[in-house]
Amino acid sequence: MSHVVSPIRETLVGGGRSYHDVTQDICKQVEGEPTKEWKIAFSVSCVIFAYGAYCLGYTWWQGIGVWGLNKTVGWAWDITNFVWWVGIGHAGTLISAVLLLFRQKWRTSINRAAEAMTIFAVLCAASFILAHMGRPWLAHWALPLPNTFGSLWVNFNSPLVWDVFAISTYLSVSLVFWYLGLIPDLATIRDRAQTKASKFWYGLFSVGWTGSAKTWARYEYVSLILAGISTPLVLSVHTIVSMDFATSVIPGWHTTIFPPYFVAGAIFSGFAMVQTLLLVTRVVFKLEDYITMEHIEMMNIIITVTGSVVGIAYLTEFFIAWYSGVEYESYCFINRAFGPYWWAYWMMMTCNVISPQLFWFKSIRTNILISFILSVVVNVGMWFERFVIIVSSLHRDYIPSSWAMFSPTMYDIGDYIFSFGLFFTLFFLFAKFLPVINMAEVKSVMKGVSSNYPFKKKSEGGKESVTH
Amino acid sequence: MENTTKRYWRGIEELTNDAEFVKYADREFGDAPSADEKEGAIFDGTGSHRRDFLKVLGFGMSAVALAACEAPVKNTIPYLNKPEDVEPTIANWYASTFVDGGEYASILVKTREGRPIKIEGNKASSVSKGALSARAQASVLSLYDNEKLKGPQIAGKAADWASIDKEIISGLAKGGQIRIVTNSILSPTTKKVIGDFIAKYPTTKVVTYDANSLSGLVAANGVLPSFDFSKAKTIVSLGADFLGTWISPSEFAAQWAKTRRVSSAKDGNKEMSRHYQFETIMSNTGANADYRATYKPSQEGLVATALYNAVAAKVGAPTLSTSAVKVEYLEKAAADLVASKGASIVVSGSNDASVQAVVAAINGLVGAYGTTIDLGTPANYRQGSDAEMNQFINEAKSGAIAAVIFYNANPVYNHPRGAELAEALPKIALTIATNDRADETASLVKYNTPDSHFLESWNDAEPKKGFFSLTQPTISTIFKTRQIQSSLLTWAGLNADYAAYLESNWTSNILKAGKVQWSQVLHDGVYEFGSTASAAAPAVNLADATAAISKNYKAASDKLELAVYEKVSMGTGSQANNPWLQELPEPVSKACWTNYLAVSQKTAAELKLEQDKEAELTIGGKSIKLPVLVQPGQANGTIAVAIGYGRTKAGKSADGVGANAYPFISTVNGTLAFFNTGDVAIKATGEEVKIAQTQTHNTVMAREAVVQETVLSEYKKNVEAGRFKPEILTAEGKKTATDISLWNGHKYNNHAWGMVIDLNTCTGCSACVVSCSAENNVPVVGRQEVINRREMHWMRIDRYYSSDADVEDLKGLEVASENPEVVFQPMLCQHCNNAPCETVCPVLATTHSTEGLNQMTYNRCIGTRYCANNCPYKVRRFNWFRYFQTDDFDFHLNNDLGRMVLNPDVTVRSRGVMEKCSMCVQRIQAGKLEAKKEKRRPKDGEIQVACAQSCPTNAITFGDMNDPESEISQVLAAEKTGRSFGVIEEINVKPNISYLVKVRNKEREGKKAEGEAKEHA
Repeated sequence: MSHVVSPIRETLVGGGRSYHDVTQDICKQVEGEPTKEWKIAFSVSCVIFAYGAYCLGYTWWQGIGVWGLNKTVGWAWDITNFVWWVGIGHAGTLISAVLLLFRQKWRTSINRAAEAMTIFAVLCAASFILAHMGRPWLAHWALPLPNTFGSLWVNFNSPLVWDVFAISTYLSVSLVFWYLGLIPDLATIRDRAQTKASKFWYGLFSVGWTGSAKTWARYEYVSLILAGISTPLVLSVHTIVSMDFATSVIPGWHTTIFPPYFVAGAIFSGFAMVQTLLLVTRVVFKLEDYITMEHIEMMNIIITVTGSVVGIAYLTEFFIAWYSGVEYESYCFINRAFGPYWWAYWMMMTCNVISPQLFWFKSIRTNILISFILSVVVNVGMWFERFVIIVSSLHRDYIPSSWAMFSPTMYDIGDYIFSFGLFFTLFFLFAKFLPVINMAEVKSVMKGVSSNYPFKKKSEGGKESVTH
Repeated sequence: MENTTKRYWRGIEELTNDAEFVKYADREFGDAPSADEKEGAIFDGTGSHRRDFLKVLGFGMSAVALAACEAPVKNTIPYLNKPEDVEPTIANWYASTFVDGGEYASILVKTREGRPIKIEGNKASSVSKGALSARAQASVLSLYDNEKLKGPQIAGKAADWASIDKEIISGLAKGGQIRIVTNSILSPTTKKVIGDFIAKYPTTKVVTYDANSLSGLVAANGVLPSFDFSKAKTIVSLGADFLGTWISPSEFAAQWAKTRRVSSAKDGNKEMSRHYQFETIMSNTGANADYRATYKPSQEGLVATALYNAVAAKVGAPTLSTSAVKVEYLEKAAADLVASKGASIVVSGSNDASVQAVVAAINGLVGAYGTTIDLGTPANYRQGSDAEMNQFINEAKSGAIAAVIFYNANPVYNHPRGAELAEALPKIALTIATNDRADETASLVKYNTPDSHFLESWNDAEPKKGFFSLTQPTISTIFKTRQIQSSLLTWAGLNADYAAYLESNWTSNILKAGKVQWSQVLHDGVYEFGSTASAAAPAVNLADATAAISKNYKAASDKLELAVYEKVSMGTGSQANNPWLQELPEPVSKACWTNYLAVSQKTAAELKLEQDKEAELTIGGKSIKLPVLVQPGQANGTIAVAIGYGRTKAGKSADGVGANAYPFISTVNGTLAFFNTGDVAIKATGEEVKIAQTQTHNTVMAREAVVQETVLSEYKKNVEAGRFKPEILTAEGKKTATDISLWNGHKYNNHAWGMVIDLNTCTGCSACVVSCSAENNVPVVGRQEVINRREMHWMRIDRYYSSDADVEDLKGLEVASENPEVVFQPMLCQHCNNAPCETVCPVLATTHSTEGLNQMTYNRCIGTRYCANNCPYKVRRFNWFRYFQTDDFDFHLNNDLGRMVLNPDVTVRSRGVMEKCSMCVQRIQAGKLEAKKEKRRPKDGEIQVACAQSCPTNAITFGDMNDPESEISQVLAAEKTGRSFGVIEEINVKPNISYLVKVRNKEREGKKAEGEAKEHA
């Protein structure tokens, strides 16, 4: 993990931490008794999960008639949630792959959590793929599996099939990437393990990591290759998700701007979600020195940039709707802004376009509380974006006789809650049993004593940057 | 010579010829047991054999596998002696007759494996001409209604026929006044049976009344005339909903459509009748009229006299001195009536003899008698007398009646004085009802002797003088019911075999001395010799009529008034427990599963009433609570409520649905008046009660690509007048939108099925909707699910109102005009050639056939609903729940009996799959197979889809577009550069269903005309 840090750069890890301190700080969450905060948080998420599981179970048992969908609006919360979670799942890969390739060293302390979040978010998204089906027990038919029906394959014209490929590829690559990154840290925990059980389990999952120079070299090669593989996925996954809509004939869906617009939106929401989670983890696990103000600021800047891209996309859509002269598309957009779902539209506009612009002010983007609130606001906005695209386009399309309204039932809401329960339960399990920060990589960006740098440390602690 | 061949032996035993060895010499393994000997041991476990191991294993595996499968068939019992005519999977058709509430149709009944599953019109009848209303279509489901009486009852307890007959006969023998209370009886033989009964019990009188009474019309004309709209150039209707509910709507619709059919072919007909409608409610007929204006019920008589005066002034006849009433278009209508003298017709929905007298006089002035109206062929649809019924109720109250037989009549429910009758019934010693269920009336009588369903019965009908048809059983009685005719014969002490009675009556009295064979008539279903048409006008006393009108009607009234009307789906409510009808949306309001208080937009605003909010209507101490429906086009200052709802003892699907409006029917001039001008009070209760509507957006939003229409004068100049042809600007200049495609298109080498729907002749009657549901096992989902916008109809009729707003004013376009123009558009799967649904299905569950059909493979569907989202026509229907065999959806298909109506040729869809119109692919396949057996191609018209078959006006033409001789090819050839268009064709999905532009026979008016005039200037 050799690297060169420009001497004029701010240190990426504060608090004058030594390599040992890093190990100590991160491992203590894994090794120690669960904290009270963790216990409370985990219990709450389990309760949410259980309630959501009941709702989902009921949905599966009765049929999706328990949702508020109808003959006109065939997708609403299900696909909104699906796209939302997939979008959130973008930040992990972006941070670990793209930023790795661009040598953004600051990513090291957040990539682990971001990747974990990605995987959990994609799992949540996948749960909606299953849940939205009329006959989920036949979900495997969407895969090109050999079967007894002769040469009956899937429909390769269907964007839903592309979706299946895109999401499953993304999930597997992300999982491998994440697990690979975990191996050195798992080995660290294995080496420090006190109990037999932890020695066994961490030993098993660290697959015989020795930490030899050769191992590290291979580790880095594989990381780089995986980063290379993942990078196009960042673009492809949401591009393909957007094609579910873009290749249709429905006004408001049938638009070529969707791929870049969706990718920008995905990064936007993904970063906001990482921000939300890290700001909490940072406080709960006392990792202020690892997730520094610079991280927060950087994240906020990316949120502002992607938010602005999304904003421009919204305006472009409106312009094209007018410029195309297509009656149905014009109506669709006017209806979005001023029709029965105006509130959803303006919710989306406020949250996604206006609120991130506040980060132009340094005082705001370095304010932790405001950053936290705005990161939540952005994700609320992004949920509404998908809701607006899906529901407001469907509910009034070509034939006015079929125009209808959608209103959610407790099972629409319950199944959404299920995904939160799943997400947070997994996230808290991750936070307890796995190192939330990539120790190995963080250590690589620390200015160790061995570094031959001319400046005195100006760290808050006043201590010299230290040894093990 | 000694045999020197070397000899080998298997052992010493062989060499020595040991006895034991010789015994088993032919066996390879000596005395080991042979397979033959141990046969059976495999299964009894007494022993096993090495070589049987695989057998046993195989058996075990298959036994386990079989046990794991659900046995899908239960209670299948093979025929011991197969009935001669019943071939499994082959349908048998029987001609029969449907009669209900005065509605008549000659029908063909399709039976499969001995059970009737579908009713279609019998084209052999020159009365109904193959037309069949939604209610007639739905009547097959009533056969399988599990809530009917399952046998005779005495005081609510099951009894056997013998003992009940004994009790009734002894009761009747006691003497005293006997009454048979019935609705109009169309059957001459039944009347003969009643005659025999009266001969036995001379104190018997028949009291005939009709819930939808026309006794005023009969009184004014002497008989119920035959109307023929097909000969009319000018049609004026004063509140008669003749396309929807009035007398014989399917018959009239067919006639009316004849005068509305135009063709863009060079020598095609380009003349249309002009139809004026003056009415209070927005009726189905009004929605189809060229000119429409409203009046309040209290003005009705004066509208008739005003029309009379306008006509009289033009023909130089003396006018009547009544107060003038101002109704738009009345003068214009009069002018047209006079101009088309001899081809004009005026009809009135009024039940007031004085109004009908004036209308008869107008018809006399415009030469309608002998052309459009025929008194020489009286119709028997309505024979009821309001006076007789009133007298009966009075007598019952006074205790003057000893016995009453309710012959399928339910006056406690469907007569305004039903409550009085209910109180009086205990005063009658012997009360009998033959109603099919323990309904409001039958539950109050002592003896229930349920009549059989008409599909289980022998009977006949004479809808018009000289036109006969037969009813024959298509299934033996499901329950222990007995035809009323047999009951009456039994009670009269005669032979109860009504089938024999019927045949003998026909052969001796009707079939003109054996010229026609009984079996032939039974096969054809109809026997017609007609009667001499008459040009005579009825003698009416105009002076008396005018006096009565002046007394009973007012030229202007500020008071709130109530109009009572029939809904197309529910009629008088006799089939209220039929879920198909409950879920059938009313053509105009698109509401189902309830009746409602309809008010115009202006009146709603004045009275502070809101759609889907409950209100309480009170008149003369009686009140009902119903949700409010804002109905554009209704007369201001009126409330309209439909009869047929508010049943209390009809069954699960009907009870508690809506409220009973019969008690609000008033009496004017001695007959029932379907309005009430008393002290009508309405008050919002504040409760939200949603009305189940299949369509909630009422206007077409100025989308010319959806419905296209023009007016006759412009159409005559240019047959493409109403066409909307969007063009797209490309690098090579402007191109027609449909010329640009990404797709290569399909090649149809064999057939190319398609459909043409003529918006000009579609009246919105919805017979096709029920027909489709019956043919394709479309489930009923119930009120709440319709509110949730999840009705399953594969075929729906979209209804749009016009709007006064400017094209740019999108909010304004959502509001219908005060008196809107209406257009009906049947909408079903368009079987697109570039189908958006086909490309998006991930599992290829929806694909294109080699004959142009967009097919749905239910088995393969995983239910992503992507296809439905991507359907621009929104015709795909998703099975949100399991609609069959589920307690939540108890609409006859939750029990074994109700499920007998299912068409075995069509899969019953499971939960979680998508479905939609298949263009009756099962019928296409059956037709093709039939032709193949005879080694020929299917003939045009041989294959008919359910909707096209049932359409009374033939607005739907189905056929093979590859066959240049087919009707559809010819229509399309004529209309290609004429009226034919595809809905939203600019998105280029290339539907196989074409529509023909609607042409209104009127002058352009208002803003639109001004705008166009400016454009031309």
